[in-house]
Amino acid sequence: MSEQKTVRFIITRQDTADSAPYNEEFEIAYRPNMNVISALMEIRRNPVNAKGEKTTPITWDMNCLEEVCGACSMNINGKPRQSCTALVDQLEQPIRLAPMSTFPVTRDLQVDRSRMFDSLKRVKAWVPIDGTYDLGPGPRMPERKRQWAYELSKCMTCGVCLEACPNVNSKSNFIGPQPLSQVRLFNAHPTGAMNRDERLETIMGDGGLANCGNSQNCVQSCPKGIPLTTSIAALNREATMQSFRSFFGSDHAVD
Amino acid sequence: MADNREFFYRRLHSLLGVIPVGLFMTQHLVVNHFATKGEEEFNQAAGFMASLPFVYVLEALIIFLPLLFHAIYGLYIAFTAKNNVGRYSYFRNWMFMLQRWSGVITLVFVAWHVWETRVQAALGAEVNFQMMENILDNPFMLAFYIVGVLAAIFHFANGLWSFCVSWGIAVSPRSQQIVTYATLFVFVALSIIGLRAIFAFV
Repeated sequence: MSEQKTVRFIITRQDTADSAPYNEEFEIAYRPNMNVISALMEIRRNPVNAKGEKTTPITWDMNCLEEVCGACSMNINGKPRQSCTALVDQLEQPIRLAPMSTFPVTRDLQVDRSRMFDSLKRVKAWVPIDGTYDLGPGPRMPERKRQWAYELSKCMTCGVCLEACPNVNSKSNFIGPQPLSQVRLFNAHPTGAMNRDERLETIMGDGGLANCGNSQNCVQSCPKGIPLTTSIAALNREATMQSFRSFFGSDHAVD
Repeated sequence: MADNREFFYRRLHSLLGVIPVGLFMTQHLVVNHFATKGEEEFNQAAGFMASLPFVYVLEALIIFLPLLFHAIYGLYIAFTAKNNVGRYSYFRNWMFMLQRWSGVITLVFVAWHVWETRVQAALGAEVNFQMMENILDNPFMLAFYIVGVLAAIFHFANGLWSFCVSWGIAVSPRSQQIVTYATLFVFVALSIIGLRAIFAFV
């Protein structure tokens, strides 16, 4: 076994946010149990492409390396996923890496995911408890509801659902499934529910909930298995009721 | 468009597709089905529909105005999507794309169909069994009508599904699956009715 096993990569690169993308091929020595990130690190140690030319190291985002932070998402062989859990042994070669196309590219495989964080701010994806004095403990949450809500809280803002959604694109202002499911999470929280109407009114605005076309790619693609389409349908029901409440007037704005 | 009207427009679009446009289409297919009983029966049924009191008001409010809104806003919706069934060949993603395609096909078909029948009637032609027989005599038009009618029925049946989801009637995955089967039945049943009527003229 003198033949050295190698791994081939075709990587879509881009030098600046405005420059044109191009492909560059790399071939690196195989090691057992490699993931895409360890391969990228290997290229960074010795940035030489498949033709033997010296090149710049590849830029990409990463943080937790255990699929809970969402930073390292990229298109791997055409599908968006986290590069930390993409094991080289399970991928067809050459492995094609490209930045997610829904987000502006900063450089190479690194994208700017700000739009998702902006969406979270827009929908107030938090429980507001700040004030000038101690409000004491909030209402209790049933344990089984907490367990259910925990599944929704697994969202790591990775962007895979936005990449998969046919209605999230440059022609549309749809905010995508990710912030919508967070509205359901925070409206389910006993204290968060005190601002239920505000969040619903926000997602009933332009580019919001109604832009969902139910292709349901998001729920199929979510690496955390979040029931995104169930969240959207449940919010559709909530939004129907909210539109009646706000049109006809109601004594039940938040309960 | 004023700000924050999108939710209202989308919901209106969804509602109008079912009530009244979808209901009208179903009624239209049922009346057409009289053609299977013979020329006499069809002419009588079509004549009854055409001689309803306030027929212009009914046509405008139940058919043309809702249809125009649904069609124009629907085109906007269809062309803001970036279909990706190549990468995501899931059943619902296919339905998503077919819903948009069938909508565009239906619009072309309905525009032609209205021109050929309702507009000609306004210009003095008589809409009857004979007229349809003449139209469907042409094999190209026969194919066009079969494709158009099936596209319209598919668009209605699958639109019923998205109506149920968009309004929050079917929320859980299981309920959405049951609605899928129910709307599949609607598609098959209406297709049989529609195709039997078409072939009655051939």
